[in-house]
Amino acid sequence: MNIYIQKEDFNISSLMQELKKKSNSVGAIASFIGLMRDINDGKTIKSMTLEHYPEMTKKTLEDICIKAKEKWKIIDLVVAHRYGPININDNIVFVGVASQHRKDAFEACEFIMDFLKTNATFWKKEHLADGKSLWVDSRKSDDDALNRWQ
Amino acid sequence: MKVNILYFAKIREAVGVEAETLEINENSKVSDLLYFLQNREEKWSEYFNDKNNLLRVAINQKIVDVNHSISDGDEIAIFPPVTGG
Repeated sequence: MNIYIQKEDFNISSLMQELKKKSNSVGAIASFIGLMRDINDGKTIKSMTLEHYPEMTKKTLEDICIKAKEKWKIIDLVVAHRYGPININDNIVFVGVASQHRKDAFEACEFIMDFLKTNATFWKKEHLADGKSLWVDSRKSDDDALNRWQ
Repeated sequence: MKVNILYFAKIREAVGVEAETLEINENSKVSDLLYFLQNREEKWSEYFNDKNNLLRVAINQKIVDVNHSISDGDEIAIFPPVTGG
């Protein structure tokens, strides 16, 4: 289980290789990649800055991954999340889960993302095309997504 | 007792403070600390009265509620709901 919290971009192929090479029993890998898009709530966005609380971010992500490992049969998992300046089309987050069968990998990947969205201590500030900068508000839909795991 | 307080994101920007060490009364709860902060200048009261329930508090990197007791040397982080991913 590896968690990377870094300023620079991550290499998706190497993260996938890391999961593949973990064991010969890996029969499925499910992954999610979150990217920076140029539009949010109808506003055109130029770039973004991601702030975080380093000590807590690491602990929270570890807790989420441990919970996922208790709930599903997981061979290995990797989470990578960036902070600092982010541009359009950049990777923001990667979650990859390797298991013997696809159901465990698919479900655990969604579970990790749902908890990451509502618990991991990151905050996005968007820099708009009109020169303004705005902190992103949390979404009710992210809270709702959590409820299905209760 | 002494505690270290950290502010993040929108709240850090609004109050213009990233971190501070405060001397607070023994047996204080999170709600007592928030009340103290709320009664600083106006820019503090706007966030710390928390009318819209947009404050999150973590003690030693664990989310707590307002009834949680504070201990000497605690690291108390105050921030808005998270928006990563």
